[in-house]
Amino acid sequence: MPEPGQGAERASGQGRLVDNLMFFARTLRAAGLPIGPGRVIEALRAVETVGLGRREDLYWTLHAVFVNRQDQRPLFDQAFHVFWRNPQLLERMMAMLLPSIGRPENEDDREEISRRLAEALRREGPDAAPLGSPEQEEDEVELDATMTFSDRELLQKIDFEKMSAEELARAKRLIAVMRLPIMEVPTRRFRPDPHGRRIDMRATLRASLRAGGLATLKRREARRRHPPLVILCDISGSMSRYSRVVVHFMHAVTNDRDRVFAFVFGTRLTNITRLLRHRDVDVALDRVSERVEDWSGGTRIGHCLATFNARWSRRVLGQGAVVLFISDGLERDADAVLGREMERLHKSCRRLIWLNPLLRYDAYEPKSIGAKAIMPHIDDFRPVHNLTSLADLTGVLARPGQRRMEGVSQWMQQRRA
Amino acid sequence: MTRLIPKSVDETLDLLTGGRYVADRSLATALYLGLRLGRPLFLEGEAGVGKTEIAKVLAETLGRRLLRLQCYEGLDVASAVYEWNYPRQMVEIRLAEAAGDRSRESLGSDIYSERFLIKRPLLQALEADPAGAPVLLIDELDRTDEPFEAFLLEVLSDFQITIPELGTLRAAVPPIVVITSNRTREIHDALKRRCFYYWVDYPDAARELEILAVKVPEARTELSRQVVGFVQKLRKVELFKLPGIAETIDWTQALIELNQVALDPKAVDDTLGVLLKYQDDIAKIRGSEAAMLLDQVKSELAAAGRHA
Repeated sequence: MPEPGQGAERASGQGRLVDNLMFFARTLRAAGLPIGPGRVIEALRAVETVGLGRREDLYWTLHAVFVNRQDQRPLFDQAFHVFWRNPQLLERMMAMLLPSIGRPENEDDREEISRRLAEALRREGPDAAPLGSPEQEEDEVELDATMTFSDRELLQKIDFEKMSAEELARAKRLIAVMRLPIMEVPTRRFRPDPHGRRIDMRATLRASLRAGGLATLKRREARRRHPPLVILCDISGSMSRYSRVVVHFMHAVTNDRDRVFAFVFGTRLTNITRLLRHRDVDVALDRVSERVEDWSGGTRIGHCLATFNARWSRRVLGQGAVVLFISDGLERDADAVLGREMERLHKSCRRLIWLNPLLRYDAYEPKSIGAKAIMPHIDDFRPVHNLTSLADLTGVLARPGQRRMEGVSQWMQQRRA
Repeated sequence: MTRLIPKSVDETLDLLTGGRYVADRSLATALYLGLRLGRPLFLEGEAGVGKTEIAKVLAETLGRRLLRLQCYEGLDVASAVYEWNYPRQMVEIRLAEAAGDRSRESLGSDIYSERFLIKRPLLQALEADPAGAPVLLIDELDRTDEPFEAFLLEVLSDFQITIPELGTLRAAVPPIVVITSNRTREIHDALKRRCFYYWVDYPDAARELEILAVKVPEARTELSRQVVGFVQKLRKVELFKLPGIAETIDWTQALIELNQVALDPKAVDDTLGVLLKYQDDIAKIRGSEAAMLLDQVKSELAAAGRHA
């Protein structure tokens, strides 16, 4: 990108449309709209087509080219009104803004690098052995390796809440490599399969022409694909120790497959899917903690679910999603909202699984008002307090549910017995 | 009757008005750009705000053929683009075998000729038409899955389709493409980038009144004003599904059928199902809430009347 001053000079000197458009596009880009150079050319063509007769037309022409999501509209609106009233004003603003927009990123990078560097250096130190160490200490390596193994076994069973900082860090590393196979469901797309249940007419005819005369029937079978996965995680005070680990888990899952949507909620709901997309777990988590304002605060499960149902359910639950609801069910506002919203959520997804850290206590009974409201509307009920329980999730998700509320009714039966 | 593509935003607006579609100038601008520069128009918005209607009106006023591709999950090439007519192909093969007069190669090229091709909307849209390029409506694109979206991307950028047995078919004149989405899923940026984007919003009261006057001319002014006032109020309430313009029109027609000359709480309660489509929403509004909204509407209208 050229220096901002340079573009400004040309714009003020010649005042040409092209320059103005380029500069406007750059403003929008700096404001965060994804605009490539190709769009500027399009914008130019569009403006030439419509003409510059009316300010309103110019607005909607540029809007049609530069905006392609509804939520970009307010940004565009502001930029347009500031820019086309007085480009010079904007230049000055840009000159002031641009460096400061650029800088934090660089600083972040540097910070990131230095942290990485620090970690890399630390790896050379004594506790680095599990990750593999220099060759000269072969005996010790072996010893360390076995220790790591038993260590890991031990780690599997420790409650996240009781882990030391170092244990927690190691648990997070294990989570990072965790994979979560979700069951696959048939889609309406097909692939050739000699033992398929449907006849593939196109392939049959093609084959018979090759062979001369009608030959054997070719068959096809429905392609299978995992349904979308939606994770709703409670980050209120009572969950804080778990939710920090679970967010790592969410990051691992989000990066492992497509169609995963991640939300966190305390007093309000935040969609963190895009933030978690970043490959590097540290960067992703930094972004999340920057964005989410209600860590370790109160809980308003019912209210947050209502927001989810109203704003997101139609967008992310569309194609038969599986929902993981991670919460201890301790609700601050106990009223009818929670039950009603839970019911709606249950009825709009394929499967709703409640992961509850409190379930680690054998004597746990869903007696709190929140839990009572949630219980009638879930399909499965699982603990989530240590690595084993996270790994066990695999077993639940890998096969399709036999019927609704399967897991819950089993759990209830065991309770009674 | 074929009309030429409008030459300015004003003409586009006139065209839509001529088709009894009341549009904002902003929409006319986006549409004009799409028509002029031969690019798809991407319309996004809540259900019932008149997205599909735009394509219909366009086809009607321009005198073009309307081809509609309704999207659904798992929509594939066989139902969107083309399919071979297998039963006829098999009969042809049997006949050729019985006659024994044709070589395998010539039979092969006969079987895969246009006679046996069933054309679906996307392929039809590429065909030359004496009335001019057709209007291709790709409705509710958000309902399909990503693979189809990727395929569409290819078609929309070059307006050509390859059929392995026949070769590549290319549109002499690109069709007028209108894509709609209810945003139940975010459409990929790559596809949107090839289109002119427009978000169809709920209209304001004055615009909605205009629409009602065009669509339900038999409604009395008083009733229309009250209906629009009520619906506008309703859109400010937190509901799961807000009523669109389609619902406003339906509701007005329903009230006329019931011989209502003005709104009263009982009539609202009885016909609320026309306006709201979720039981939770109906339960929330029915009764006191509806009566309260209605009172507000009536007093506001009375106040406006005194000023006038």
